[in-house]
Amino acid sequence: MIALSDHLIFGAVLFTISMAGIFLNRKNVIILLMSIELLLLAVNTNLVAFSHYLNDVTGQIFVFFILTVAAAEAAIGLAIVVLVFRKRKSISVDDLSSLKG
Amino acid sequence: MTFELFIFYLLATVASISGLMMVSVKNPVKAALWLAVAFIATAGVWIMAQAEFLGLVLILVYVGALMVLFLFVVMMLDINISEVKERFTQYLPLGVMAAAAIFAMMYLVIGPEHFGIEVTGVPVTHSADYSNTKAIALPLYTTHAYAFVLAAVLLLLGIVSAIALTLRRRPTTEVLYQSVDKQVKTLAVDRFRMVKMASVNEKNIQSKEEDDK
Repeated sequence: MIALSDHLIFGAVLFTISMAGIFLNRKNVIILLMSIELLLLAVNTNLVAFSHYLNDVTGQIFVFFILTVAAAEAAIGLAIVVLVFRKRKSISVDDLSSLKG
Repeated sequence: MTFELFIFYLLATVASISGLMMVSVKNPVKAALWLAVAFIATAGVWIMAQAEFLGLVLILVYVGALMVLFLFVVMMLDINISEVKERFTQYLPLGVMAAAAIFAMMYLVIGPEHFGIEVTGVPVTHSADYSNTKAIALPLYTTHAYAFVLAAVLLLLGIVSAIALTLRRRPTTEVLYQSVDKQVKTLAVDRFRMVKMASVNEKNIQSKEEDDK
């Protein structure tokens, strides 16, 4: 029988990997966006697992909405990446420092 | 180890390894494909957790649509792959340390000690005629109907903003654009001309009845 902790640890592993990906990929915003997608997937895995173990379908509805938001976010993010590339001919995160933040 | 557990570990391992490959490969096209593998394996895990509808939605929407979107954008941008991983090794120790620390903290909370099978008990197993899609649809269209409409509006917002951001204005010599200002300012006089002329009788037109005879 698959324990709830197995699901949660799987989610934690995915979350950790994608977080490390955000740290490591400073030269490519596209892989950074992909890491964010994987991050949201890890969180969704937790929601699905809890929904299964609590026998409550609300968690899955939450996942449904998170998927919607993630899709819209990815579309807008990629549009911004295209704009940045058109302007600067590069998609490195290090180059995006004109605000000096 | 039961067969079910074996499949779960297999899918989880595939998803984790593809995630690792995604963050470490040089070529963004390969990264997108590894991400698709991770999505498919995770969809399998979800289906094993009796979330069949969401597992299929994950494959259809994410692998089918979002990955294609990523691949299109990667193709459109002319990225210099050689400098993509330039400072990868410089950030590697920091990234691995931060990841390990976060995972250790999460494991202390979500480990088998607190969420093991002895603590949570065995989940409800639904019969074969149980419809997960129906179970999601009923509260989605009743209790969460407002949020559902808002999600639709959010998607519309996504379409409009993505198009508005990437719309490129070229010099107006070759491309025609719609100018709303001009359209609103236009008067009827500019577009419509009244002409006076004598009426003309067409001699040779026969009526349909005569034609039939």
